[in-house]
Amino acid sequence: MSPDFWIVITGILVAVNCGLLGVFLVLRKSAMVGDAISHAVLPGIVIAYLLTDSRSSIWMMLGAAVFGIITTFFIEFLHRKARVQSDASIGVTFTWLFAIGVILVSLFSGNVDIDQECVLYGDIAYVPFDLFFLGENSLGPAPVWMGSINMLVIALVVALGYRGLFLTSFDTGYASSIGLNTGAWNYLLMGAVSLTVVLSFNSVGAILVVAFLVVPPATAYLISKRLETMIASTVVLGTLSAVGGYLLADLWSASISASMAVFSGIFFALVFGYSLVGKKLRKRVHLSES
Amino acid sequence: MTAIEVHNLTASYDRHPVLWDVDFEIPTGKLVGIIGPNGSGKTTLLKSIMGILPIDSGFVKLFDKPLDDVRNRVSYVPQRQSVDWDFPATAMDVVQMGRYKKGKLFGRLSKLDRDIARDALKRVGMLEYKNRQISELSGGQQQRVFIARSLAQQAEIYLMDEPFVGIDAASEAAIVALLKEMRDEGKTVVLVHHDLHTALEFFDWVVMLNTRLVASGPLVETLTEANLRQTYGGKLNLLTQIAHLVKSQEFPVREKEMRD
Ligand SMILES: Nc1ncnc2c1ncn2[C@@H]1O[C@H](COP(=O)(O)OP(=O)(O)O)[C@@H](O)[C@H]1O
Ligand SMILES: [Mg+2]
Repeated sequence: MSPDFWIVITGILVAVNCGLLGVFLVLRKSAMVGDAISHAVLPGIVIAYLLTDSRSSIWMMLGAAVFGIITTFFIEFLHRKARVQSDASIGVTFTWLFAIGVILVSLFSGNVDIDQECVLYGDIAYVPFDLFFLGENSLGPAPVWMGSINMLVIALVVALGYRGLFLTSFDTGYASSIGLNTGAWNYLLMGAVSLTVVLSFNSVGAILVVAFLVVPPATAYLISKRLETMIASTVVLGTLSAVGGYLLADLWSASISASMAVFSGIFFALVFGYSLVGKKLRKRVHLSES
Repeated sequence: MTAIEVHNLTASYDRHPVLWDVDFEIPTGKLVGIIGPNGSGKTTLLKSIMGILPIDSGFVKLFDKPLDDVRNRVSYVPQRQSVDWDFPATAMDVVQMGRYKKGKLFGRLSKLDRDIARDALKRVGMLEYKNRQISELSGGQQQRVFIARSLAQQAEIYLMDEPFVGIDAASEAAIVALLKEMRDEGKTVVLVHHDLHTALEFFDWVVMLNTRLVASGPLVETLTEANLRQTYGGKLNLLTQIAHLVKSQEFPVREKEMRD
């Protein structure tokens, strides 16, 4: 397989994984929780590294996933128990955790081989070189394997949890009145987000993860009448952004991650413009009807 | 038979009690109004009954049982403003939620479930709007969709929070007629309501609330001037008028009771 093929596949995997979860984040008006988690996992990565003294991604990911859950927990705690507004509790939590991570990195970067660059900014361009070996044989790039496993997990969560997530996102009061544990559904979603952010982070870098988490779902939200449509459009938009971004980067020899993020932004702008025009037209039709 | 028993209920936000030692019973088959000024704890009372908020002390029983044993027989309609109506869902999607049950969240809805949802939409006169996105409905139509979801639950007790706020006259008339129909079928329908004028027209029973329980019982005996004064404090003019209205002979509640 050509290296470029793996880059595009990884881009698509990350776009779809982040998009599927991003749909529910956007609907719960907590899109920026994804951003918060992606920063707040830094101390987890560093601590895992210091404890195990290895750069094996498994430990770093575990550390990050644990901190993702801690982040969610802090945000919920500040918001519900300490009555801090929800956007403020997101801001307080992640800047604080991120800052601790930065301090840890600078404290220990003297004697160990770890720096912000390698932790924070994975780059999709290196995907083809990050091979996964079983004994002597290379089984292809590791990020593709991780992304595929991640996709399996997310597909399960979304397929089995569809109605629970739908109900708890639309109407929490009603959801708890029929006996659903709305807190548990929230943690399930945020747990999946942490895991996905961390896995994707490693392969494509922070900015692209946040972009894929928020932009395609926000675009789909503008044009979707139903949740199913929103999910399907997100998958399509994410895939197109990955492919389009790759082509754009090739054309301009620009950063691939950034081009993919830019492409998803272009889709948003186009759809936004279209939906504005559509609304005006519909209004005119309604007026002429009455 | 008692539909709802609230016993010495105290509930609070941040240790600040908003319901204090509230104690009353509601019989089955009545159309009940929970009335009180803004901030008197009406919404909190409904949420406490539905177990959505933790309560500090006391207990609630529905049909003499704890909520968990009878959840399928109780339906809750939150305040319309409590949800985002720009959500990507059609009227039918929302009504079908009425068929979701805890522990039955997976798999396809059966033909029966879908028929029930359809009938519910039809009953509130919204069938022709079933494929409209909910953001494209008027306030009154949205409220009717919420009530249709509640109907689809096929419960016996219905708790509705302010279903008449911000809706058009046609929707209001349709909803009032429907609620009376439900009462006549033997359902217990409890509404949080703050417009006293319309309250007079259709409740059988009222619960008057202002953090503490002021009074609870059949409309005519309960909605007295003294109780209104205690519930609403000032605004005496209006209250006196209403109390007189209640007593007056032409008042429809009396007529109805004579027929019974
Ligand atoms: N989530 C909340 N946090 C803190 N206080 C609240 C909350 N919800 C309601 N309250 C307070 O509790 C009191 C009762 O509110 P509520 O039950 O909504 O009254 P009502 O429905 O009768 O207008 C009010 O004083 C209100 O300010
Ligand atoms: Mg209220």
